[in-house]
Amino acid sequence: MTSDHDAQHFVAPREEIPLLPADPLNVEATHRSLWADAWWKLRRRPLFIISSLMILMIIVVVLFPGLFTQTPPNENCHLANSAGPPVPGHPLGFTFQGCDVYSRIIHGTQASVAVGLLSVSGVLVIGVTFGAVSGYYGGWIDAVLARLSDIFFALPLVLGALVVAQLPPVRENKSVWTVALVISLLGWPQMARITRGAVLEVSNAEFVTAAKSLGVSKFGTLARHVLPNCMAPVVVLAPLELGTFIVTEATLSFLGIGLPQSVMSWGQDIAAAQHLVRTDPMILIYPAVALSITVLSFIMLGDALRDAFHPNSRRRSRKR
Amino acid sequence: MPYKRISKAVGIVALAALALTACSPAADTAHTDKVSSDPTKIITAYSNEPQNPLLPADTNEDYGSRVIELLFEGLRAYDPEGKPINALAESIETVDAQNWIIKVKRGSRFTNGEEITAKTFIESWNFAALSTNYQSNASFFESIDGYAAVSAVRTTTGTDETTMTVPAPTAQTMSGLVLKDDHTFSVKLSQPEADWSLRLGYSAFFPLPSAAIRDPKTYGENPIGNGPYKFAKEGSWVHDESLSLVRNDAYDGPRKAKNGGVTFKFYTEPGPAYIDLQSDNLDLSDTLPSNALRTYKADFQDRYAAKPVALNATLIIPPYNPNFQGEAGKLRRQALSQAINREEICTIIFNGTCTPAKEFTAPVLDGYTEKIPGNEVLNFDPTRARDLWAQADKIKPYDASRPLQIASNTDGGNKEWVDAVANGFKNNLGIPAETQPFAKFAELLDRRKARSLPGLTRTGWNGDYPSLYNFLGPVWGTGGPANYEKFSYPEFDQLLQEGLRSKETSEANAKFNKAQEVLFRELPGLPLWYTNRPIVWSNNVLSAETGWNGAILYHNVSAK
Amino acid sequence: MIRYLLRRLLQTIPVLIGTTLLVYYMVFALPGDPIAALFRDKQPPQSVIDDLRNQYHLDEPFWIQYGAFLVNLLTLNLGNDFTQQPVASTLARIFPVTAMLAVEALIIQAVFGVTFGLIAGLRRGRVFDSTVLVVSLIVIAIPTFVLGFVFQLVFGVRLGWAKPTVGANADWAALVLPATVLGLASFAYVLRLTRASVIENKKADYVLTASAKGLSGPRLVLTHILRNSMIPVVTYLGANLGSLMGGAVVIEGIFNVPGVGNKLYQAVLRGEGPTVVIIVSVLVLVFVVANLLVDLLYAWLDPRIRYDK
Repeated sequence: MTSDHDAQHFVAPREEIPLLPADPLNVEATHRSLWADAWWKLRRRPLFIISSLMILMIIVVVLFPGLFTQTPPNENCHLANSAGPPVPGHPLGFTFQGCDVYSRIIHGTQASVAVGLLSVSGVLVIGVTFGAVSGYYGGWIDAVLARLSDIFFALPLVLGALVVAQLPPVRENKSVWTVALVISLLGWPQMARITRGAVLEVSNAEFVTAAKSLGVSKFGTLARHVLPNCMAPVVVLAPLELGTFIVTEATLSFLGIGLPQSVMSWGQDIAAAQHLVRTDPMILIYPAVALSITVLSFIMLGDALRDAFHPNSRRRSRKR
Repeated sequence: MPYKRISKAVGIVALAALALTACSPAADTAHTDKVSSDPTKIITAYSNEPQNPLLPADTNEDYGSRVIELLFEGLRAYDPEGKPINALAESIETVDAQNWIIKVKRGSRFTNGEEITAKTFIESWNFAALSTNYQSNASFFESIDGYAAVSAVRTTTGTDETTMTVPAPTAQTMSGLVLKDDHTFSVKLSQPEADWSLRLGYSAFFPLPSAAIRDPKTYGENPIGNGPYKFAKEGSWVHDESLSLVRNDAYDGPRKAKNGGVTFKFYTEPGPAYIDLQSDNLDLSDTLPSNALRTYKADFQDRYAAKPVALNATLIIPPYNPNFQGEAGKLRRQALSQAINREEICTIIFNGTCTPAKEFTAPVLDGYTEKIPGNEVLNFDPTRARDLWAQADKIKPYDASRPLQIASNTDGGNKEWVDAVANGFKNNLGIPAETQPFAKFAELLDRRKARSLPGLTRTGWNGDYPSLYNFLGPVWGTGGPANYEKFSYPEFDQLLQEGLRSKETSEANAKFNKAQEVLFRELPGLPLWYTNRPIVWSNNVLSAETGWNGAILYHNVSAK
Repeated sequence: MIRYLLRRLLQTIPVLIGTTLLVYYMVFALPGDPIAALFRDKQPPQSVIDDLRNQYHLDEPFWIQYGAFLVNLLTLNLGNDFTQQPVASTLARIFPVTAMLAVEALIIQAVFGVTFGLIAGLRRGRVFDSTVLVVSLIVIAIPTFVLGFVFQLVFGVRLGWAKPTVGANADWAALVLPATVLGLASFAYVLRLTRASVIENKKADYVLTASAKGLSGPRLVLTHILRNSMIPVVTYLGANLGSLMGGAVVIEGIFNVPGVGNKLYQAVLRGEGPTVVIIVSVLVLVFVVANLLVDLLYAWLDPRIRYDK
């Protein structure tokens, strides 16, 4: 139990004594020490270091694809090379259209990661806000937001995407932004639900009551005490959704409402390789592995972050 | 069940299973031994929900047509090669290609006992052509004298600029149809047409029993016909599920059924049908999923066929795109054509299920020739393509501000080849090009009609009846129903008209092919290839084949 | 409690009106003439198209179309779809099938997701934990199309363990393969949520207390750790029920399941307004009920959560 000292301020005290006004809780100090404490812990976690390095690597690939391959991804695709095996200069072989698999994966990182991150950010912003407000305030706000999410939940992706794709500003300028817009617009309800559930659970915890009785404003309590404590499921979902959204982009692109053909993406390569799954599965597997690595690094980062922010979930090994 | 023999130790983990590659079933040759066919066996076949009540003149989509063609018999039928043969007609005669005398065979009846006479045909055709009956194939009667009167419409413009076309026939019957006696009637066309009698095997011309004319909608749910098959019972059409036909034993015509019946099972996608075929849960399919094109021969060993059918693929070049106008435009159109490696695409993308096009129609048609002057432009020649492109650039520079887009609907498995064509343009002409997918066919059609597609458009034509004209007139003729881009070449129209007016089909075909020379000069679209439609069948079927138009000849399927 | 339930049910009315209006407008706003597209490349005379447009009120302005739809709806006349089949009978056919599929998938993902998540959480960092992480990555990165196709080929065709396609006679047994693939797609989410929650709760005070009092084994794990870890999982499952019902487009297509997802997808692409609106409305009802159940479950899982205050 000893190592929990530093975080004691924002979780319920372990002793089952009722909170007194004199309880030495310093709201200001809580706020600062939470983040500082998290950072202090993070820096020493191998999980965090590995995942950060992986993400750094992905960022380098996104920014400077030219460092990794000289082969243009979308030029010189000759059918004669269709689904061809690796040859010198083309380490992973060729796609069905005869393009270089390796180069397409490297150049596809940019759009895929951008779509994934933007969509997840959009979903987080809308979903967490709505979910938190809905769960914390309850009453008519909850009713309105929850029912709104019911409607959005039921909207079919194709319908929403087709409609958004028709909006004049979107129509001729399809890009990662429009794809992310569509995905966030239709993807937030799940995040909102999860956040709402977690907020409902947490808002009954003792430390919330404590904060309230100490005179912290309702919103302040939500932002400083409730939210940080219900991030666990959000942090779990976000990296998984990152992967799902990267694949969703391909569905939208296939329907002509996603990225234009000239923009490479893993999702589109995975989709294009689908019909080769029996004859040349590797063409499908390579971009799928790239996607998995990305998702994996964010899952690891999420795990590390959650540990750092939440003292209870620390590993036993650290406790000893 | 040869599949069962595969080692049970197949890895369960999905990733391992991905590497299934070529573990095709051990060739089981036992089933190819001579087994006598069972004429009572009912076969199951791939299909989907027909769109409309089953009325011959109101059905022009695939899934309804295949049922209609089995339920009905017309004056003529087509043999597997597309040659018309008389069926209900005893004779069809003309001296001037304008006035036709048709004698109907005596004693043929609908399955409800109603006799089919000359009057039946006149009534059926008048019903189909009359605009107040809203039959979608009405325009097939346009050559008959008096069609204009029965098909007349009035167009009103609403307050908000929307137009509404409503029927306003000035006559109820076509004056060109005259009853001579019980089994003879005459047809007067508004102008001579040598190939008119070729169409008489098309479903729009099938006879209807009086019940159909009295209450078409009710009739269409449980149609009564005169063809080689009939509905198994009232309500055999289970919507969104299946449609069951059984052999019509009273049928005595050229298409006698060799099996006991056909049950069409409805699938929204060809993928599961293919899987069902592999496990003998379905007997026949004429539509393969795109992921099976490379494996179907191995999967089905000797249980497949792929033969040319009257279906082609074409890329339309929009006449409203400034890049493709004028002399430079013409050179560019030629360059595009020569930058497409049709042979390679047919081999690699389609695995041999198509044949590079040599002209604008289809090879199964009477009059087809590979020797049309000007068709060299269909040969793949990247050097010449680049050369032509450069020449065009000297006349008028190419506006490459946006990539050359190739519009295609996404619901038909076209993406792979459209991508390949776009890559060909990039590689061989050095211009940016890409696929422009449309999820909604309606949107693609609208934009074609509104002439607002920026780039090329994929299209294809499946013949209604086996005639060169059917591939040329509706698609490229001025005002043709499928000529959305509004191409208009007076010389081409003139030659088509001359062809129609010829008294001999061979003479007509010569004119039609002459007209194709105009198309090769102007190149409004690029013929790509003809489809060799692959079909596969289960272990319950001995053999199957497709007809001229690509439909399976279900009556010829022998089961065991 | 009764008042709470009543209030929730009353909320359904504005939700349904909002849904129909929004969805109807969205379909209305789609480009392209749906009637002309029915005929593909063989276009009929314009009068035929206009007649059909008139039958489906497509020639009217939006408010009149929507009004006509609402009036019909209130008189329980759901109208016909573009193949001239009554929408009501289509609904009666497709919803039971999809409900079966969704429930089966939900059970599969709940059972496997929670079990594996629990074990992974309890044995964090061990081989099992890493293995399920890899499996989750696979099901996230490989599209359901491929997974479905591989399952179909391996378990349906090669091994013959289950029916490879469903078709007309959908029952629980026939739906096993599609339900498994569908369940797998969200299995990763359930698993990781359970795992995270378990990791968090296994160090909670009440668990430590219980364990200090000598409690151990299954009782500690199930009643103390698992029950208290279920809120995010139950939330996710509840929310996912709806996606399983409406979003199983790909799976329903591959396995030829005559269900809602496929019908809805086709109806959207065809621009069949009324069909889309009615299906989506029923889906919204499913969500409303599912979320109500989830909220009631919260109160059971965590007695501190109360609604009828």
